[in-house]
Amino acid sequence: MTEVRAAVPIQFDDPAQQREAAALGMWVFLAAEIVFFGGALVCYAAAGWVHGREFALASNDSNLVLGAVNTGVLLTSSWTMALAVHAGRAARRRRLLLFLGGTALLGTVFLVLKGLEYREDWLHQLVPGRSFARSPVAQLYFTFYFILTGIHALHLIVGIGLMAALAVLAARTREPLSGLNLFENAGLYWHFVDIVWIFLFPLLYLRGRHG
Amino acid sequence: MAEPPAEPTSTRLYFHVYLGLLALAVVTTAVAFADLGRFSMVVALAIASMKTGLVLLYFMHVRFGSGIVRVFAGAGFFFLLILGALTLGDVVTREWMEIPVPR
Repeated sequence: MTEVRAAVPIQFDDPAQQREAAALGMWVFLAAEIVFFGGALVCYAAAGWVHGREFALASNDSNLVLGAVNTGVLLTSSWTMALAVHAGRAARRRRLLLFLGGTALLGTVFLVLKGLEYREDWLHQLVPGRSFARSPVAQLYFTFYFILTGIHALHLIVGIGLMAALAVLAARTREPLSGLNLFENAGLYWHFVDIVWIFLFPLLYLRGRHG
Repeated sequence: MAEPPAEPTSTRLYFHVYLGLLALAVVTTAVAFADLGRFSMVVALAIASMKTGLVLLYFMHVRFGSGIVRVFAGAGFFFLLILGALTLGDVVTREWMEIPVPR
């Protein structure tokens, strides 16, 4: 009698159910992330409501060019991430590795540009603290700016690490790539971080440009 | 509930979504320089929501997911809506009327 090896762990009926369970778990985590970033954004909105004009003026000290370029970089990385997930599903290992690498690279470009921006903010004395060069309300704006972009950058660092780990896994694993839900879930995480930036860009960089 | 549409087999859809996202990013930047008064923020948030919709539905496969996946994906945003509505409902309405001082 030959033992038939189960294609999925014993708690699942079939691969489709396993995939759905994996997606559900990831969405529970992302729901926590949504209210985490969302809570910070609601605080920012409340402060912005009270100090509308001053916040708009302070936001004009952000670097619009770098912010806009970074928006393009991150949107492109989301596209390569979607292509990576697609390649994983189709079990095309080389394409998967290529797009995981591309996504990590674009994420790194984003961080480098963000670093240049932080350096410029530092030199212009826009970092909250004793040598802050503008008004107290502008300092409040820049506190939000650094907290929001900071936790976003932290998420991106985690995402880049995730891409690297998955690339190693994809290169080494003997299991069929199409059966792994990790790529899909890493994709959900990466796209979520992209969505956060989709809101941060207009809220932090664009709010005072028309005045 | 109707069966969700099957996931795309070609990557062309992702390219179109990507182009749409880039176009909306250009639009939001351009519109920011037009003086729309207090509607500036409304328009910016509307465009950001459209971009989020594209990412959620296509890149994050919510459109191709089962009902339960959609409910879970919506739950986080739903609770954020409550958080935002109650918090901003307080801040925004504070100046609306004077509170009579008891004598």
